[in-house]
Amino acid sequence: MKPILIMALAEIQESIRNRWIVASILLLLVLATSLTLLGSTPVGITKASLLSVTMVSLTSLSIYLIPLIALMLSFDSIVGESERGTLLLLLTYPIRRWQIIVGKFFGHLSILTIAILLGYGIVALYFVFEDIGNTQEWLDYVLMMASSLLLGGVFIALGYLVSVIVQQRATATGISLALWLFIVVFYDLILLGLLLADKAHVIQSKLLAILILFNPADVYRLFNLTGSETAALVSGMSGMTQADLLAPATLLITLTLWILIPLTLSIYIFNKREV
Amino acid sequence: MEHVNITTPAFIDLHSVSKHYRQHHAIDSLDLSINKGESLALIGHNGAGKTTLLKLILGLTLPDAGSIKVNGLVPSQTSDRKKIAFLPEIVSFPASMTGRELITFYARLKGCKQSECNRLLNLVGLTDAASRKVGTYSKGMRQRLGLAQTLLGKPDLILLDEPTSGLDPSLRKQFYNILEDCKSAGTTILISSHALSEIETKTDRIAILKQGRLVIHGTLDELRNAADLSVQIRVSTQSGQTSIIIDTLEPETSYRKYNDHCIEFDCHRDDKLRVLQNISKIPSGIVDIEILPPRLDDLYIHFAGEENDESLNPQLTNPRS
Repeated sequence: MKPILIMALAEIQESIRNRWIVASILLLLVLATSLTLLGSTPVGITKASLLSVTMVSLTSLSIYLIPLIALMLSFDSIVGESERGTLLLLLTYPIRRWQIIVGKFFGHLSILTIAILLGYGIVALYFVFEDIGNTQEWLDYVLMMASSLLLGGVFIALGYLVSVIVQQRATATGISLALWLFIVVFYDLILLGLLLADKAHVIQSKLLAILILFNPADVYRLFNLTGSETAALVSGMSGMTQADLLAPATLLITLTLWILIPLTLSIYIFNKREV
Repeated sequence: MEHVNITTPAFIDLHSVSKHYRQHHAIDSLDLSINKGESLALIGHNGAGKTTLLKLILGLTLPDAGSIKVNGLVPSQTSDRKKIAFLPEIVSFPASMTGRELITFYARLKGCKQSECNRLLNLVGLTDAASRKVGTYSKGMRQRLGLAQTLLGKPDLILLDEPTSGLDPSLRKQFYNILEDCKSAGTTILISSHALSEIETKTDRIAILKQGRLVIHGTLDELRNAADLSVQIRVSTQSGQTSIIIDTLEPETSYRKYNDHCIEFDCHRDDKLRVLQNISKIPSGIVDIEILPPRLDDLYIHFAGEENDESLNPQLTNPRS
């Protein structure tokens, strides 16, 4: 366990030094604050409070930002160290390759945890002081923060996968950006296009649910927007909650698998990689 | 009476080791052993297989054929690496970290104490710069930081890949002094280098690699004997009197006259004393005599046989050719 801890601490220390952590906190804080301010007008006559509105808005924007931050933290973890020559050096130390990946993962996940806790947490303090939100809404908000971390974990793991496959940092940058664009933007567009083109209704709701599970960003979106009745109401996605395949527990397990599978693959490929 | 043959097993033992990448034979049927506490210089062109050999010894890559033993064990990713140290040819540490933070990170991995980090930072002369970011370090300082990390945990084996490239002469001297201390303490040292003129006197033995094959290895004297190259004799005379030397030479001896008071010629090792005796008989006009045995540069060109290869360090260019 010790080498993993040393590796994780080194990643956190470096992110403090190169101001990555500060940049991530500020980005999320500015996002959450502006959404809270913007969201304070339109609630209207519903049983949802400003907290739910903010949570739903944050979910929609986190889908874009959290994966981007996570990929930027992780995409050059291995290939970047390989280019700098530090990987070769590190591998001569008493640390196994899987420990390097797992250690980096915990380090990067900790950075993201700090950024989410502070970025979204400071805004939550406003709701505490103003006494806004009921227990369910608070639970939704906390689950949104936790699932954001899981979403981040998915993209950190995907970043490692890119990083262990490619030989050059520039390639890793390009592939990571393409991956981000595909998962958070194009996948849904393609899905939407297929549904529109599917006049014969070949795509049944079960198949659609499976297709949604194949995209971690969609899983995250559904988890937060359909997780509770209030959230589903505010997001206008109450119809989606009926599918068993998209039950909150299934969604959480899927997100966890989306972390474990790329992480395991990264370790497998890294073990085979020539340095 | 039964004869008992007591031999010390080699610390590093490579037997018929081969490693190829696609069609390229990086290492080809290589046999080499290095004893404990011995230092060996590994020389060869770029692509001769030096770095691959170091990686094989470190267990970072596995041989396609043959066997490697380091301290009696097969090196691999899972071997105990606390007593093995390495300095890669190119290493650029994260620019935003300080020297102390980096050495502490490596020390933690090897289970060393902070006091050892401070001692090593002091040894390589980086105590004052330890709190500065590595991004502000000069190349020499980064190289010294690299050396400091190799010394963590008093390693039994140190592998250095082109360790002195980019260091100024005084830093090189310090570098070799530190290595000398390690060697005195029983550390086995393997240095891959291009800087032949500086390495020739710094290691016990020299191994010349060419296209993945071990061309020759031995002490500098053994290499000189095997090469059987001529000795060069340089004589300084009083102005305008070089002809007194030319007159003593065999008619077929070729000589190089640098100016009107300095002449240089080649002579076979076995003829050296006779030639010197002839010169010493000259009653006056000689200012100085220098005998230049073949340098490692010359031996390298002789054995590796690629004088005009551009990948060679300029130091390899024979100044007399």
